[in-house]
Amino acid sequence: MERNAVEIRNLTKKFGDFTAVDNISFDVRKGEIFGFLGANGAGKTTAMRILCGLSLPTAGDGTVAGYDINTQQEKIKRHIGYMSQKFSLYPDLTVKENIRLFGGIYGLRDRQIREKTDALLGMLEMQSEKDKFAGSLPLGWKQKLAFSIAMIHDPEIIFLDEPTGGVDPETRRRFWEMIYDASEKGTTVFVTTHYMDEAEYCDRVSVMVDGRIAALDSPERLKSAYGADNMDEVFRIIVR
Amino acid sequence: MNAIEIDSISKNYGDVRALRDVSLTVNQGEIFGLIGPDGAGKTTLFRIMTTLMLADSGSGKVCGLDIVKDFARLRRIIGYMPGRFSLYQDLSVKENLDYFATLFGTTVKENYDNIKEIYSQIEPFADRRAGKLSGGMKQKLALCCALVHKPSVLFLDEPTTGVDAVSRKDFWTMLARIKASGVTVFVSTPYMDEAAMCDRLALIRDGVIIGTGTPEEIISGFPFRLLSVKGRRMYPMLKQLRKTAGVITCFSFGDFHHVTYSPEVTGKDRILAGLAEAGFGDCTAKEISPGIEDCFMWLSHRGDSDRQAGAGMQQL
Repeated sequence: MERNAVEIRNLTKKFGDFTAVDNISFDVRKGEIFGFLGANGAGKTTAMRILCGLSLPTAGDGTVAGYDINTQQEKIKRHIGYMSQKFSLYPDLTVKENIRLFGGIYGLRDRQIREKTDALLGMLEMQSEKDKFAGSLPLGWKQKLAFSIAMIHDPEIIFLDEPTGGVDPETRRRFWEMIYDASEKGTTVFVTTHYMDEAEYCDRVSVMVDGRIAALDSPERLKSAYGADNMDEVFRIIVR
Repeated sequence: MNAIEIDSISKNYGDVRALRDVSLTVNQGEIFGLIGPDGAGKTTLFRIMTTLMLADSGSGKVCGLDIVKDFARLRRIIGYMPGRFSLYQDLSVKENLDYFATLFGTTVKENYDNIKEIYSQIEPFADRRAGKLSGGMKQKLALCCALVHKPSVLFLDEPTTGVDAVSRKDFWTMLARIKASGVTVFVSTPYMDEAAMCDRLALIRDGVIIGTGTPEEIISGFPFRLLSVKGRRMYPMLKQLRKTAGVITCFSFGDFHHVTYSPEVTGKDRILAGLAEAGFGDCTAKEISPGIEDCFMWLSHRGDSDRQAGAGMQQL
């Protein structure tokens, strides 16, 4: 059987007396869009930092893209993509410079970076924008570019941390269409959001409450299990 | 007298036109929502209305006081909660509150009734440093500090950004109570679903007010017919719908697609038949009324030519 993109067993993280992540276990299947939901302070960010190789668990085991979260953090970082709304591109570097910088960070060779730059600019239809500062692009383009750059090294899985916060309604939807396209090509997508309509777009979602995973299933099954019309209601029932 | 009157305000930062000829009126005692995405100009408008920044042109009054000439008097009678947490992180909850009360020449004791309902929720942590509070508690403290001098108008700049869906609902329940005590509330948000909780609202995008009125008025102006479509293969179906004659736009809304169409060209049955022909035989559709988010997307494209054309709905 093919291994999962993420396998987490009994993961716990404590800060002093405070248990931020409390013995959680879950899998993310290859190629699925996995929504990672929870109230503020439920432990999402802490868990996500461990999955991205930025923090070590207090206890528990797991793999991300096949690498051990306890012993292979550097390998994890090279084999995942990461994007957040807050930090994604350097606004005072040009489009081309941003691509080159992140390509270099992900360990691509110069020739690969050149090829990727051409391919990426072509795909995004941004050839004429390549020497413009990233900060000067319209928001929709910035997001597309940030997403594509986070995928520049063809990662098996991409982590998106509130990628659509504060974004206008259409750009938000266009962004999800990029997520679908990536998913259709086999990339696993791990995404957090506060927009409950976006929870409906995931194959499966988990809801964290006080460090634990209180629910995990497809939106369809969660709605029927909680007798709710939409994910907003499901979320409210679980979190309250 | 209106609580707020803003007349033709414009503001540029270099080449960036942050606000273009913005006018609006807020009635006394209402909750008025300024709704739009990041970068629309919301914070700039707040800074100008709260006398913290000068407009390039235009004028405004809050509680009958001029936002430029009467700035000192105005500052005493408004409350302002900026988007970024701006209390003193190294002062305790109680110290912050005392400090802001003193600035406004009053005491917490004198105005305890104003803030009691919200403050009682954080009072058990009165000695905790503000920097150590959770997001929700910080927000409640900031709200108390903005209310402690019993302002006539309360300005709240994106109080719910980054806040989870449950806490957002709680926050709006608090706003309803503040309104009931007679305070006018001017609040901004990027969340379209919060529009329904406002008495009146203005939709803002790229520094331009693109729509204003009660939520019902804005919705009644929507010019197209709207269909809500559901099926098994949602994303391929979205692409198919966009190719369908008579379909103006198609976007996903939770577990449905919202399809706008011109009734002269097509209709529900024809759209469904077209889908079935293309291999989407399992779809169901129903006519629905638009929400604020549908309206925002439509209004965004009306008269929009210079910006984001590449990313926009070319069909419109």
